[in-house]
Amino acid sequence: MERRCTTLKLTKKAHYASRIKRAAHLLFFKHHKMPGVKGWELKGRLGVNYPRIISLLNSHLEKLDLRVKTVFEEGTPTGKPSGRELDRARFYVTLRGTLEPREARMMGWRIDDMAGLATTISTIIANQGRASREEVEELLREKLPNWRVHTNMDRYRRAGYITEDEKGYLYLGWRTRAEVDEKQLIDSLLIEQETATTDSPISVEDEARADSSLIEQEVD
Amino acid sequence: MTEHKETKKLGRDQLERIIELCHQVEEKGLDPFIVEVDDVIQVIKTYFPEWKNPEELCLDAEALHQIASAIKLQSEFITHRSTSLYTDPFLITAKLTSLPKKKISNLFLKAWHPIVELEQMSSTGLAEAVGYWKNLIPLGERWLQKSGPQLQTGTTTLAELENEDLIAEEEFQQELDTFLEELKQATRDQKNIEYWSFIGADSFRETARRAYLMSFLVTYGYATFEVDHMEEIIYVKPDETRRPNSQHSHAASFPISVGFDDWQKWREGAQR
Repeated sequence: MERRCTTLKLTKKAHYASRIKRAAHLLFFKHHKMPGVKGWELKGRLGVNYPRIISLLNSHLEKLDLRVKTVFEEGTPTGKPSGRELDRARFYVTLRGTLEPREARMMGWRIDDMAGLATTISTIIANQGRASREEVEELLREKLPNWRVHTNMDRYRRAGYITEDEKGYLYLGWRTRAEVDEKQLIDSLLIEQETATTDSPISVEDEARADSSLIEQEVD
Repeated sequence: MTEHKETKKLGRDQLERIIELCHQVEEKGLDPFIVEVDDVIQVIKTYFPEWKNPEELCLDAEALHQIASAIKLQSEFITHRSTSLYTDPFLITAKLTSLPKKKISNLFLKAWHPIVELEQMSSTGLAEAVGYWKNLIPLGERWLQKSGPQLQTGTTTLAELENEDLIAEEEFQQELDTFLEELKQATRDQKNIEYWSFIGADSFRETARRAYLMSFLVTYGYATFEVDHMEEIIYVKPDETRRPNSQHSHAASFPISVGFDDWQKWREGAQR
């Protein structure tokens, strides 16, 4: 009887281990145009108990400073999400912690690009989730050259950070909802003390380093 | 009778004003509470018995519809204000303007948790690719299967263009000089300029002409291209160090498509 129990326990463990592996494969590798997997897809591949498997995978990923992020279609539910909400949600693997400026630069993000993205996102959030492109571009032009403003806006749009409607209004895109802690961004902006009105020369040096790192990446 | 007509006219004007106000609120993102719902409903109520024909009733319905949209916006406005994300847009704008770029990017990094995603070939994908490759008909055979007239393409020289009276040598040289001067002016305050921003013009014909001139500038060594592979953008800059007909050790052909579709796409982007 005891041996049977042990065998059952092992079988259950093996079952979960294989499901966790399958979940990792699904979440890490891009299967569609967009990264991430829908809840109903996970249900199809992992079974109805997929939230439990995702939770187990999440605890494994914690050691690697990663996490499974669930983005609900209609905003984060206040209580425990229903099965329907989970099925319609999209699951991504994201970084649990944050990146150092140096790491971000090595990923091909210049200070200008990040500052421009932060400005765009926070302006949209502050304007109830919708801001006119002209308004945002005008704000960006205060610190970035005109040609870079256009290039960056297109880059953010292509990457999914923002979307634009036919009337020229910008909205937060799927990637912002998956990657950016909107509250943290707004709060830290408000808390931050105004130190200087002009950019320090260090940023110029950093940008030069960022450029050279980009060139190195291109060469690779 | 005249008084009745005047009342109707006044009512119609009032409804049109209500519709316009609600429309402005929605379009320009104005404070939705400038629409005094009780007052405008009262106006609609007052004039409703006057409406008889379908046009007037439609106008009345449209006014009601716009008021409903304004109420929806008011509800969203309150919901947003009650969330922890609510901040005065002016305050945020002021902060963004006053903080240096480096600080903004560092703040962003604190709130940014990028997605981890891998694009990699799987064994199944490889097997499919091998199958596809095996079944792929060689190019020669595929081209043979194509029907319809085939256009002969070729190259043209400056001399041929001159013979065809499409261009005169002296005039062309002068045009090149002017064009080079224009490029120098455009890049006076910056190290380079985006290729399309420079060659793009109001008409496709002019754009093609400028692209043609640019190809000569680059071939002669008066200008050079810089390609940002990350952004897929081509930049061009005048090359002061080079002289015409210089022998470049690393000369390479760099095709750039300047088709009508490309031009239209650029125009749409430039007009935004």
